[in-house]
Amino acid sequence: MNLTLKIWRQKNADDKGKMVDYPISNISEDMSFLEMLDVLNQELIDKGEEPVAFDHDCREGICGSCSLYINGRAHGPDTLITACQLHMRSFKDGDTIYIEPWRATAFPVIKDLIVDRTSFDRIQQAGGFISVNTSGNTQDANAIPIEKQNADMAFDAATCIGCGACVAACKNSSAMLFVSAKVSQFALLPQGRVEATDRVLNMVKQMDDEGFGNCTNTGACEVECPKGISLENIARMNREYLAASFKG
Amino acid sequence: MSGIFNSSVGRKFAMALSALFLMIFLVIHVSINFSSVISPELFNEMSHFMGTNPLVQGLMQPVLIFGVVFHFVMGFVLEAKNRASRKVSYAKNSASNNSSWVSRNMLLSGVVILAFLGLHFYDFWVHEMTVKYVEGDMSGLIDPNNADSGYRYYDELREKFVSHVRVIIYVVSFVLLSLHLLHGFNSSFQSVGANNKYIDSLKRVSKVYSIGVPALFIFIALYHHFTH
Repeated sequence: MNLTLKIWRQKNADDKGKMVDYPISNISEDMSFLEMLDVLNQELIDKGEEPVAFDHDCREGICGSCSLYINGRAHGPDTLITACQLHMRSFKDGDTIYIEPWRATAFPVIKDLIVDRTSFDRIQQAGGFISVNTSGNTQDANAIPIEKQNADMAFDAATCIGCGACVAACKNSSAMLFVSAKVSQFALLPQGRVEATDRVLNMVKQMDDEGFGNCTNTGACEVECPKGISLENIARMNREYLAASFKG
Repeated sequence: MSGIFNSSVGRKFAMALSALFLMIFLVIHVSINFSSVISPELFNEMSHFMGTNPLVQGLMQPVLIFGVVFHFVMGFVLEAKNRASRKVSYAKNSASNNSSWVSRNMLLSGVVILAFLGLHFYDFWVHEMTVKYVEGDMSGLIDPNNADSGYRYYDELREKFVSHVRVIIYVVSFVLLSLHLLHGFNSSFQSVGANNKYIDSLKRVSKVYSIGVPALFIFIALYHHFTH
């Protein structure tokens, strides 16, 4: 396959940045998208140019590192996958492919396609945990009966890998799908109920402080989420938040 | 509790509550309007009651105006905050692949409805306020000095729908209202946390309401235009 890549290049956080065209040839349709970028980078290195910086780690859809906005969609044209699971067979010979970083005030660009997603870490630190003394006297979690339906929903919410595709796809750069998944995975389980009130209040406050937008329920986040996190989680977080606010 | 309306969830909650309130009002409004198709006398009686009842005029009307103003102001506040959350746009964005046009353009449909409300208030509300509270005529009669002249409301309504231009503006505005409701109805329930096992039934009710209510308004406008 012969392709034209239009890639966002930005030297550092202070640089203005711009889209740069890169023609690339002899790309196999069996390559992953990131392998194609590896080929491009090798060519750039061979020519003495700066390679394109992009995030990646596990390359099997688990870590949530690869944060590429490909042809106008988070993680590219396919659904329920991360960019590292995207293959070149999803494109046609002669295609022009736009590759951009996540765009959000709360995700500032560090370099090229890499954005700073530590705002998600700070939201997690604000309440995305349970306080358990793990010194050896911890009760076996399986000793507490949990309804199958709640266990399943909590597990589904917990599959969020925190990649930020929800923020990238949302026209408002809202992080509500991410935060609601983290709130839900604990709110649905008895172990998480103990700190549920403070958790939702603190996580929503941190989300707002980071500068994420307001959810307008377009549903784009749910469609683009590589793990299929449901909008039901946002409704649950809203219920949790309103109940917590009225409680105190 | 104190900080709830300073949060993103709280602001959406307030937006949803005002939307739900306005949707209930629309049902009352279209019901009264539709009575003009069934019986001019019934429409006149209902209009006179709504226009002179102290509870409606002194309490419900100010609450309604507050609800309308609040919904629009909050809409613009949310839009401003959302725009600030992404200062650099994508070079290529295929939003139509993951969301509906109506859900992404609530501001556009909202602004058209706001402009229409300006015309609607000029047509009916300003006139009513002038007659009742400036001129002091609370009789509702065509001729305030003649008790047999009958109520004026039906005739005034018919008069407004003679103009082709006005009817076209009304029809276009109600199509935009329908689009606004097609997203806003469901969205308001999601914002108050009501996404549960009844959501599919709610979506069906939402479609019936969002198409049915504006369609009735359009029908009433067209009915009076073509039967005048």
